[in-house]
Amino acid sequence: MFSNKLMRRQAGFAYLMLVPGCILLLAFTFYPIFRGLPLAFTDYSVVDTTHWTGWANFKRAFADGNFGLALQHSLFYLIVVPVLQILSILMAILVNNKLRFITFFRVAYFVPVVTSMVAAAIAWKWVYEEQGILNYFLLKFGILDQPVSFMVETRLALYGVMFVTIWKGLGYYMMIYLAGLQSIPSELQEAARIDGANWWRTIWHITIPLLMPFVLLCSLLSMMGAIQVFDEVFVMHGPLGDPAYTTLTTSIYSYKVAFQDFEFGYAATLGLLVSLIVMVLSIFMFRYTRKGGLTYYE
Amino acid sequence: MSDTPIAPAAERLPGNRKTSPKKIVQAIVVYPLLLLTTVVTLGPFLWLLSTALKTGDNIYAYPPQFIPNPITFKNFIDVFNLMPLWSYIGNTVYMTALGVLLNIFLCAITAYPLARLRFPFRNAIFFAMVSTMILPNAGGMIVNFLTIQSLGLYNNMFGVVLPSAISIFNIFLLRQAFITVPNDMEHSARIDGAGEFRIFATIMVPMIRPAIATVLIFDFMAFWNSLIWPVIILDDRAKYPLGPALKYLNSNLAFNFPYVAAGTIISVIPIIIIFLVLQKQFINGMVGAVKG
Repeated sequence: MFSNKLMRRQAGFAYLMLVPGCILLLAFTFYPIFRGLPLAFTDYSVVDTTHWTGWANFKRAFADGNFGLALQHSLFYLIVVPVLQILSILMAILVNNKLRFITFFRVAYFVPVVTSMVAAAIAWKWVYEEQGILNYFLLKFGILDQPVSFMVETRLALYGVMFVTIWKGLGYYMMIYLAGLQSIPSELQEAARIDGANWWRTIWHITIPLLMPFVLLCSLLSMMGAIQVFDEVFVMHGPLGDPAYTTLTTSIYSYKVAFQDFEFGYAATLGLLVSLIVMVLSIFMFRYTRKGGLTYYE
Repeated sequence: MSDTPIAPAAERLPGNRKTSPKKIVQAIVVYPLLLLTTVVTLGPFLWLLSTALKTGDNIYAYPPQFIPNPITFKNFIDVFNLMPLWSYIGNTVYMTALGVLLNIFLCAITAYPLARLRFPFRNAIFFAMVSTMILPNAGGMIVNFLTIQSLGLYNNMFGVVLPSAISIFNIFLLRQAFITVPNDMEHSARIDGAGEFRIFATIMVPMIRPAIATVLIFDFMAFWNSLIWPVIILDDRAKYPLGPALKYLNSNLAFNFPYVAAGTIISVIPIIIIFLVLQKQFINGMVGAVKG
């Protein structure tokens, strides 16, 4: 059917098309992977000549109190993952009702997803102010006796940032879960109702198990985002993780080491350690989430 | 047969459902919850908008003024005088347009041969691309920063855009779309004597418009909302897009928050308008891309 000449012509055309993209991929995707590894074993910085330092950077990282703190905060940050899933499933169930104006609500919930994290972080910073609106409501409803500064209080700062991450992700995961809910045949839920199951039991025994592939996919996505959280911390608390390093995360710390201290070698080491942790977590999740994970790459 | 009651069937008509008591109870329970959630999701931005429209003394008023009285647009006018907001908007539009167009073009021409053409090493090339999604990318930003510097693109918008001008995720997405195009169309075009490029440009690309729309929306949001990479690459503040400019405004004008609020509102208006116009495409695109 296909002549040899046509095959050759097609191959030539294919390579021609692949060239521009492959050059960029080699430069900005493959090269960093292969260059980043040796970089982690050097003291490369902008000021001095570069030396091979063996495991020195790794020893330094394990002894570095700030890195330890950052790692702790980044791992602690993972609690946003289950909270996000629970809240966005509830929201998806809520907007899965066939009521008037339901499209308006779906759109309203999606607005935080499309706006920038900078804008969201600035808005929330203002909400969190000591004389801000959140304190006003908490005082009014008697939850607090005295205004609290969610930005300055060391015990609360990280939770404040976490809440922004959750708030900004809700609409996105809600939409994925809504698509999931709508793919469940309604006969199943109706059958359960007829058998006498109440609303809660229908949700728990029918809806949630059938949503599981979506839960696993969304957990994987939000895990990757949470462990590498950067923008919201950077805008709300700056490159040092104020107050008193309580919001320092690994991405923030690596940024500071690389682009404020210009210690590229050490920053590459930190990056390597973090990406190893991300890899282990992803493999762990992939093993338990085969189905959800695969749809992501299909 | 003929004495089968008609009434029960009529009850099941969609027109009658609205009036059923169950539906009313549902509405009484659901609407308050929906409104409460709206307050949480839109509240911070509405509060920011309210602040941006207030005069100086009312900003810290207690109890807080929800609807500003009097309403003033002075903060919006002042923030335009205070910082070159138009040029930041221009920079953002330039960066976004350049990035989105490059990304769509490059991903499409890379995805097409991997999906539809036969040539040696096709699977090897594809496998190499897939593997980068799993390999640890330790020095990502650092190495790219050094590469951009050595290419002489530091402090240049091309340096901001180039590392994201192609993305493996989008190649994936478009490759999937190209694979699903039926073979008959390609065959008949070939019989008509169409060349490889014509088949690609006039038959294949129009067939995958929904996938291209998805990539477009993803890219648009990623570029328009980008923050840290422009901060790293651009030395000159005059070249900043909106994200970094707002971050800068936020730390330098914190004492006069209404200006920050006005600037932030201005920065989110374009993307919210585009979202409201294309809401269906946005939501389907973002959700569809993940579902595969």
